[in-house]
Amino acid sequence: MKHAKTATQNACKLCNPLGACLAFRGIENCVPFLHGSQGCATYIRRYLISHYKEPIDIASSNFHEESAVFGGSHNLQVGLKNVTAQYKPEVIGIATTCLSETIGDDVPMILREYKKTYRNGTPMPIMIHASTPSYQGSHIDGFHAAVRATVETLAEKGERQKLVNIFPNMVSPADLRYLKEILSDFRLPFMLLPDYSQTMDGGPWGEYHRIPPGGTPASAIVAAGSAEASIEFGSTLAASKSAAGYLEEAFGVPRHQLSLPIGIKESDKFFDLLETLTEQPRPEKYEDERRRLVDAYADGHKYVFEKKVIIYGEEDLVVAMTAFLREIGMMPVLCASGGKSGQLKQRLTELIPDLEEQGIKVREGVDFVDIEEEAKVLKPDFLIGNSKGYTMSRKNNIPLLRIGFPIHDRFGGQRAHHIGYRGTQELFDRIVNTVIEQRQNASSIGYTYM
Amino acid sequence: MDHIGILEGREKQIFEKKTGIEPSDIACETSSLSGSVSQRACVFCGSRVVLYPVADAIHIVHGPIGCAAYTWDIRGAVSSGPELHRLSFSTDLQEMDVIYGGEKKLYLSLIELIEQYKPKAAFIYSTCIVGLIGDDIDAVCKKVAAETGIPVLPVHSEGFKGTKKDGYKAACFALMKLIGTGSTEGISKQSINILGEFNLAGEAWIIRKYYERMGIEVVSTLTGDGRIDAVKRAHGASLNVVQCSGSMTSLAKDMEEKYGIPYIRVSYFGIEDMSKSLYDVALHFPDHPEIMEAAKQVVSEEVKKLYPELQKFKKALTGKKAAIYVGGAFKTFSLIKALRSIGMSVVLAGSQTGNKDDYRRLKEMCDEGTVIVDDSNPVELSKFILEKEADLLIGGVKERPIAFKLGIGFCDHNHERKIPLAGFVGMYNFALEVYQSVMSPVWQFAPRKGGNR
Repeated sequence: MKHAKTATQNACKLCNPLGACLAFRGIENCVPFLHGSQGCATYIRRYLISHYKEPIDIASSNFHEESAVFGGSHNLQVGLKNVTAQYKPEVIGIATTCLSETIGDDVPMILREYKKTYRNGTPMPIMIHASTPSYQGSHIDGFHAAVRATVETLAEKGERQKLVNIFPNMVSPADLRYLKEILSDFRLPFMLLPDYSQTMDGGPWGEYHRIPPGGTPASAIVAAGSAEASIEFGSTLAASKSAAGYLEEAFGVPRHQLSLPIGIKESDKFFDLLETLTEQPRPEKYEDERRRLVDAYADGHKYVFEKKVIIYGEEDLVVAMTAFLREIGMMPVLCASGGKSGQLKQRLTELIPDLEEQGIKVREGVDFVDIEEEAKVLKPDFLIGNSKGYTMSRKNNIPLLRIGFPIHDRFGGQRAHHIGYRGTQELFDRIVNTVIEQRQNASSIGYTYM
Repeated sequence: MDHIGILEGREKQIFEKKTGIEPSDIACETSSLSGSVSQRACVFCGSRVVLYPVADAIHIVHGPIGCAAYTWDIRGAVSSGPELHRLSFSTDLQEMDVIYGGEKKLYLSLIELIEQYKPKAAFIYSTCIVGLIGDDIDAVCKKVAAETGIPVLPVHSEGFKGTKKDGYKAACFALMKLIGTGSTEGISKQSINILGEFNLAGEAWIIRKYYERMGIEVVSTLTGDGRIDAVKRAHGASLNVVQCSGSMTSLAKDMEEKYGIPYIRVSYFGIEDMSKSLYDVALHFPDHPEIMEAAKQVVSEEVKKLYPELQKFKKALTGKKAAIYVGGAFKTFSLIKALRSIGMSVVLAGSQTGNKDDYRRLKEMCDEGTVIVDDSNPVELSKFILEKEADLLIGGVKERPIAFKLGIGFCDHNHERKIPLAGFVGMYNFALEVYQSVMSPVWQFAPRKGGNR
């Protein structure tokens, strides 16, 4: 059957404002605020809650017909006033939506007006504005836009200090905790943004917190302009859109872009960079993690060799995962993303020079129906990606190994590791187990040792 | 009452029942305050929930990707046959479409999707942006309908043009266009439509069976396990039985006006209301006393099975306190009764979209000290939950993490539930779920219990 080429069916992406809301949750005492209809905030909350299992308050300017006709200025201002009164935030992270962008609300101007009207001696929250129209890009663009807007708003010039900025990309709370552990073990002062390791995966509360504890303080972000370097994970992220790119341009903070450190080779690059920046060897603990991983590769290599996989998700995740799969001898037959940076193939080729030769297909801007059609031809042993591939996984009887975001149909997505030696170890174990389980289920004997 | 933590402008949407205080009307049916974190959604959401279960139609969201992505396979509305409703279709509007208009993209999408999936009809939901760029979706729908020969129905659900209730209305309007276009031949006089029942976890099947056991023909269920052909002949039924008052009353009223079909409001939650919903239908057919006899028979058989099973739960749950915050107020009434039947009291009751009558009735029903809220938010809800020392919250997915963070039990009574809670068997499931959550030993580690340290 010839498949439709116009409509998007079972999308492999989400909208721009979602990413911004998540990023804003990684700032201490910050309320994400969507300038648009009530539904945007509610749907995005629901979607995030189903993955993170945490209360997620996202305020909304709650557009009505009049706001759409006469502009959203009034609603935005009333909304900011109400959020300030009820949440007492230090920061309000404002993201636009397709609605406010289309009517052409000049948010920076409205914010200036608001500050003028309500400045009456009481300290006002810092307001960060990210432009995130849903008709451009996808959730990952909104994520980066919010991180960049935060740095643009807060970072200041200052005397160079022993400090490194880390922009980790859209990784899990567990990944963020691991990153902080690594940097602390290197005794390297750092500014991690965003840091939703606690706000999106925290403990129980004795009372309701309007804003959950955790996140990077605004005061720490101010110092980003005086850091010695920025480390940014992300292969397809352009300097013009990234926080590290801004800091380099505005304050001369050198930008080190690495792909997400998944797999030994890419993790090595990250640790090498930390060694260079700190002028000291990595702590023994990480040598141990690496050694255990190399040992595990040896123990498990036969299970995974030349197993065919379709990998999908955000482009940066796809690039990093593909490099990892190649280093353990697996065969990614299709690397797919709903994103459309135009750089996916190029970045993949940089890490996997024999990409074409191996016949590895790369497709940007696809939906799950596209991926499903490819799967029918490519016949992968399993799929690797977020939960949204489950529909096609079930229909075509291809196992799905869930990574990234969202994980809506399994428990503990927020605690899954992906990056560094530890994350790679966890991924490798899960991949090997997927193969073993498949074999065991397919066997008529039912081996008890595999 | 203590107003700390309550937004200015929201005081009138909250009420605490106390003797000696003359109840003034609670303020409701207003739009949410800007800047409050409402648990409500938007017009689009209202339309989407009502039409979602129609399983042999395609549902195309005309707009940027978000609205379609967030509603993909979101509900537990099951189908006995086709499952087109579980797919997500979007015109995925891009910047150029916003500038030059999305009509062509919508047209091409429709033609392609109809060819690919061969649906019985198509629903086109317009989102916020479509209301701004001025796409004439009615014209596109008309054109496609003419070319493909199936009904192609615009649903004007621009998110900002009202509240969720306006979305319900837009959906009902689309359904009204289908109703009356099918043949009513062979439909029994003792027949009904079930309105506002979405077949979550197969609930419509349970309810339908009860009515069939009474000798009643169910012409159409709107929209649970819905089929276009069944919708088309819904005007052949003698009575509309409306559950989920918020979403479908307007359709019932329209059908009454246009086809002279009377309607009654019912609820299928809890023994009391479930039984009443069978008796009330039987009462509508006084010339057929055998229907009432059969209804009594059904109730008696079911209750005989259920009652002893509930006693174990009642024993454990007596004295426990619940907070209810759900979409429609009508559901709240049933839940209060259902909870009482398993020994629990209600300390907080509220809804996203109740009207004045609903809240008046709530006040009458509730115990002294119960807090009643309209269009609440997490801060308020948690404040009352803690103050009133609730052991359980009943709500939807957005309320779930609030309960769990505070260390109290939770029962999901929203569109995403996977276990049927309607009907007599549903009452058993409900009691079981409440019991499993409230009685779990894990709460001993919650801070409100001292964290067991």
